[in-house]
Amino acid sequence: MGTLAVSPCYDLYVGSMHIPDGYLSPSTCAALYVGAAPFWYVALRRLKRLLTTRLVPLLSVFAAFCFVVMMFNLPLPGGTTGHAVGVGIASIVLGPWASILAVSIALFIQAVFFGDGGITALGANCLNMAVAGSLVSYLAYRAISGRSPIDSPRRVLAAGVAGYLGVNVAALLAAIEFGVQPMLFHDASGAPLYAPYPLSIAIPAMMIGHLTIAGVAEFVVSAGLVAWLQRSHPSLLRGTAPGAPEAANENDAAGWRAVRPLLAGLAALMLLTPIGILAAGSAWGEWSPADFANPAARRQIATASSNQNPPTRVPHGLELLSTVWTAPIPAYAPRFLRSQSFGYFLSAAFGAGLILLTALVADRLFERRRRSG
Amino acid sequence: MHGFFGALEHALECEDLARSDGLLQKIDPRVKLIGILALVVGAAASRRLEVIGVVFAAGCVMALFSHVPLRTLVLRVWAGAFVFTGAIALPAIFLTPGAPIRHLPFVGWPVTFEGLRAATYLVSRVETTATLSMLLVLSTPWTHVLKSLRALRVPVVLVVILGMTYRYILLLIETAIEMMDSRRSRTVGRLEPSEGRRLAVATAGVLLSKTMQLSGDVYLAMQSRGFRGEVYVLDEFRMTARDWGWLALFLASAAAAVWIGQH
Repeated sequence: MGTLAVSPCYDLYVGSMHIPDGYLSPSTCAALYVGAAPFWYVALRRLKRLLTTRLVPLLSVFAAFCFVVMMFNLPLPGGTTGHAVGVGIASIVLGPWASILAVSIALFIQAVFFGDGGITALGANCLNMAVAGSLVSYLAYRAISGRSPIDSPRRVLAAGVAGYLGVNVAALLAAIEFGVQPMLFHDASGAPLYAPYPLSIAIPAMMIGHLTIAGVAEFVVSAGLVAWLQRSHPSLLRGTAPGAPEAANENDAAGWRAVRPLLAGLAALMLLTPIGILAAGSAWGEWSPADFANPAARRQIATASSNQNPPTRVPHGLELLSTVWTAPIPAYAPRFLRSQSFGYFLSAAFGAGLILLTALVADRLFERRRRSG
Repeated sequence: MHGFFGALEHALECEDLARSDGLLQKIDPRVKLIGILALVVGAAASRRLEVIGVVFAAGCVMALFSHVPLRTLVLRVWAGAFVFTGAIALPAIFLTPGAPIRHLPFVGWPVTFEGLRAATYLVSRVETTATLSMLLVLSTPWTHVLKSLRALRVPVVLVVILGMTYRYILLLIETAIEMMDSRRSRTVGRLEPSEGRRLAVATAGVLLSKTMQLSGDVYLAMQSRGFRGEVYVLDEFRMTARDWGWLALFLASAAAAVWIGQH
């Protein structure tokens, strides 16, 4: 966003989605105002009904908080700095509808009073950041956090990912809005009247900055604030965590109940693994040294390689490295079993069990370290 | 920190200029809001650079007669717009398809006529609209800008929320500055980036908890003063003949910009 002492609002394509006036045509701006208006209307009605007299003080102060968060210049890994929008934490603490209004109010004041973002483009900025950003962040947070406990690290990760996704979806929408301008609006000589870059340039230009810088900033702020709230004000996370237990050790059984459908799905997939036997031959590039001497295998390699014959001798590097490690269960076929199908199933069960055990051990170690730290 | 101080400086400067005795300061805020918005739309809709130039010139003349210092316009609007939008528009000179009029030496990139026009459209539109928007805020007290939103049928509750939000922005900025100052005054040497991140997140976290506490306190204060959910805005604006004249002039100019700009 730049410093506000020296006219902000023009750091597009680099780390901010605040669209100034002049980048979008008036008809595009009008259409985006019309697109944002129903969300504002529904949000205001729902909040008036829900909050009644608390609406004015809560929205005012939280919109002010969103505004100030947008001004934080965050040092990021890699030596860069970035600005968060605050849409992630707003959705998580207030819910999507209040976040839509709070962020829209912050954007209005930024645009009109501080000149960060255009007045005609306010509808576009609100639709991208306040509406799409809030809804995507909220849905992602709820989907990833599930019914995990309020103090669970999963909620921290969910918050970070939610913020990251929300900001990037907003950036993508802005990029599309820019990218269609040259197609739709040009003068008699063919010169674009507004944003001059087509989608093939606008999308990568916007997304590179947001996937690497702005998105990371949002991830850091959202995850960091949720982690902070878990320690200091866990009650503020309750609004968007219905049914979640307060602490991890309170209800581990509930956590496992939630995972049961996934375990059932995993078991079904294990039973289906013998289907892999139907695919004859080796996957491309997964040859063993013996395949280079086997005529049938050589024919398969040639067919899969645009009829290029493989070398007659085994490549030296392949031969050397193939002796480094001998798998306990090579080709998913335990030596003590005659049935290949049962061998596949048993390998799948063993592999999945090993992964789950590793994840459980890592989770317990991380939990213990978090409690002691 | 620099951004925080910049925001406070901007707020103070706006208050000073809005109280001065200039051309725009004497016009009804509703007329200014509608008129400047109309001119912004006119400049945005025009397909002719000359029309955009005339609107820009009109904005400069209004700024001159409203005692807006040239330094303010240069620092807050023109320099930033030219540098940033110019940087964005520069590749368009080479990337926009069209008839090449020149090739860059050494690299041989073609500069097209359409690319030059596209870049000029973008920069001139951004400069013009940003100048007009800034003039509105520099010549009008912020509370009057918000109240004049009622002329655009913005719901009263949103106008009240906007007003309160502005007040609490300044309060939270001061709080953030104090927190960062107190941390930095206890820090020797430079902060590592990871420490800087932790500081920023912790500051935001404390601000968040203060925000929630503040909202509760404000709510109780409003209730204790009789607030039961109804919001009102005191309407102190009265239109004069001169205001109607200005409104007609603004709207006619915007309409002319759109009509001439389309032909």
